[in-house]
Amino acid sequence: MREILYRDALNEALHEEMARDPAVCVLGEDVGRYGGVLQVTRGLFDQYGEKRVRDTPISEAGFTGIAVGAAMTGLRPVVEVMYIDFSALAMDQIVNQAAKARYMFGGKASVPLVLRTQGGGGRGNAAQHSQSLEMWYVHVPGLVVIQPATPSDAKGLLKSAIRDDNPVIFIEHKLLYNTTGPVPEPGPDHLVPIGVADIKRPGGDVTIVATSRMVLLALQAAEQLAAEGIDAEVIDPRTLKPLDLPAIIRSVEKTGRLVAVNEGALTGGFTAEVAARVQREAFDWLDAPVMQVAAEDVPLPYNGRLELAALPSVEKIIAAAKAALYWDR
Amino acid sequence: MVLDRDRLLDMHHRMWLIRYFDEGARTLFMANMLRGTTHTYTGQEGVAVGACTALNRDDYITSTHRGHGHCLAKGGNPRRMMAELLGRATGICKGKGGSMHIADFELGILGANGIVGGGIALATGAAYSADLRGSGQVVVCFFGDGASNQGILMEAGNMAALWKLPIIYLCEENQYAEFSPSRPFIAVDRLEQKAQAFGMPAVTVDGNDVLAVYEATRQVVARARAGDGPTFMVARTYRIEGHTVGDPLSYRPKDEAELWKSAERDPISRFGRRLVEEFGCTEADLEAQRLRARADIDEAIAFGKASPEPELPALFEDVYA
Repeated sequence: MREILYRDALNEALHEEMARDPAVCVLGEDVGRYGGVLQVTRGLFDQYGEKRVRDTPISEAGFTGIAVGAAMTGLRPVVEVMYIDFSALAMDQIVNQAAKARYMFGGKASVPLVLRTQGGGGRGNAAQHSQSLEMWYVHVPGLVVIQPATPSDAKGLLKSAIRDDNPVIFIEHKLLYNTTGPVPEPGPDHLVPIGVADIKRPGGDVTIVATSRMVLLALQAAEQLAAEGIDAEVIDPRTLKPLDLPAIIRSVEKTGRLVAVNEGALTGGFTAEVAARVQREAFDWLDAPVMQVAAEDVPLPYNGRLELAALPSVEKIIAAAKAALYWDR
Repeated sequence: MVLDRDRLLDMHHRMWLIRYFDEGARTLFMANMLRGTTHTYTGQEGVAVGACTALNRDDYITSTHRGHGHCLAKGGNPRRMMAELLGRATGICKGKGGSMHIADFELGILGANGIVGGGIALATGAAYSADLRGSGQVVVCFFGDGASNQGILMEAGNMAALWKLPIIYLCEENQYAEFSPSRPFIAVDRLEQKAQAFGMPAVTVDGNDVLAVYEATRQVVARARAGDGPTFMVARTYRIEGHTVGDPLSYRPKDEAELWKSAERDPISRFGRRLVEEFGCTEADLEAQRLRARADIDEAIAFGKASPEPELPALFEDVYA
C-alpha cells in the first residue's frame, strides 16, 4: 500500500468530500488562497472557489458561529481553527450553541459541523500554542471528539466526520503532519467508523491505551518493552467521545494491567476517565492499579528541557508499564 | 408588497397574541407552574410583527432569550409554545428547551437563545448558507441594545459586510440591558453608529409603529435579497416589564413604564388607531382580533396544562443525531 503524509491524507479527505457533496464547505483563517497554515486545505480554493472555501478574518468566535448557523441550515461546514488554544475564543459557539442545539430544540436541529484543529506540545510553541484541550470537549454532551494518530485514520475519520450529522471536534497533532503511513488509494470508500478503537499492536502482558501522538510514543515504548520480555498491547481509541470502552475492557480482560496515556494535563484528564470506567467495569480483571501517564499540571514552558519534562515520554510510558507489572519493586 | 386589510388585521391579531401569550406566561410563572426563568416581550410587539410580516415563510430569524414575540410573529404555534413553557411532551421542543429555546425550523425560526447575542453568529451563518445555496432566503437577526455590546457582533457583522450576506441585524433598543438601563453602557450616541465599523448601511425606525417597522424591513430585505448585502437596523422601543418575570425593577423610575403603556405609545393601541383612521377598519374589527387572540391563548394554556409530561426515556433522546 502507498505511504503518504498525515497532512496529505487530510487534504485528500477534504478534496474527496467536497467533490462528493456540494454542501461541504471550508472556513477558516488562511484556508483558501494560502492553503492553510498547515497546507491541509491546499488546492481547495482553486477547485471550489471563494464561497465554498472561505478565507475568514481572524475571528474564531465569528467564523465558528457562522459555521454552526450554516450547519443548521443545510450546509456541512468544515472549520479550521489554527490552534486548539484559539478554540477558547469560540467556546460559546461550540459549547452553548453547536453542542446543545439538537437537544434543546427537541431533536429538530441538526448540526453537521466539523471543527478541525490541532493541539499538542513538543515543539516549543509555549503555553498558548501547545495545549491538549480535548477533554474540555469530551466533557460536553452533544459533541463528538476525534483524535487520529495515523494518516489512514486521519483520512478515514475526517471523511466519516464530514458525513456525520453531529458537531465533531476533530483534533490533529502538530507533530503528526509530517509523519507517513499506509493509506489506501484515493477513493470514496476509505471510511474509518467513529467510536471504534483500533489495536495498533497486539500483546498479552499489559494494555497501553494512548491517544493522538501518544500512540506513536506508546508503540516505541512497546518495542523497548518487548526487548525486555514484556508484550504490550497498544490500543488507540481514535474517538474520545464516544469512547470504545468495550475494546479497552476486552484487552484488560486479557492482560489484567492497564496504562492510560494522554498528552493533556493529569488532573481531570483522559487517563482519570479511563481509570474510573475500567475499575468499575473490569475490577475483577485488574491485577494492578491503572497507571496514568499525562502531562504535569503546569502551563507548557517554552524551554525545551522543561517542556520535555512536562510532557509524557517513551520513558514515562515504559516506567508506568513496568509499575503495572510490579517490575519496579 | 401591499398589505391588504386581512393582512393588517392579522398583524393586529398577532400583536395581541404576543401580548396575551406573555401575560399568560407571567401568570403561570407567578403560580409556580413554570420552571427556571421567563422573559416577556410586552411593549415590543410592533418590532417582531412588523419585521416578520416583511419575511417569507422560508426566510430565517434568530431570536433572543426574550423570544416569545419573535417566534409568534414568524408564525409559531402558540399551543406548542405554551406547552413548551409548561415543560410538556407536546411542547415545540418536547419540553426540553423551555422559554429560552423555542425553535421551529419548518418556519425558519432558528431558535430563541439563552446567551445574550447568541443568535448573531448563527444568523450570519444562515445567511452564508442561503447565499452559498443560492436559495434567495434572507435572515433577520433579532438582538437587543444590551447584546450590541457583545464582541461577536463585531466579528459577524464584519464578515457579513465583507461577503455581502443577505441579513438584517435588527437591534431592538428597548432601553434596558438585563437589570440596568442600557445607555450608560453604550459609548456611542446612537446605536446605528455601530454599523459604521462594518461599513454597513443603517436605518433607525420607531419600533412602536408596526407599519414603520414593516416598511423599513421590507426595503432592507429587498436589498438583501437582491444581493446588495446586510443592513443594520435599530428599532427604538421600550421593555415594559422587567428583565425577568419577578424583577423588582428597582433600577428605573416607577412612572416610566406607565408612560409607555399609555395609548399614545403602546404599539397595539397605536396600530389600532391607524387601522381605523387610515385603513377603514372599525373598532368592532379590532375587538374581534383581540378576542380571537385572547381565546387562542386561553386555548393554548388549556392545551399545555392538559398535555403529558415527557416520559423518562426522553432524557437520553436527541443528544446525538
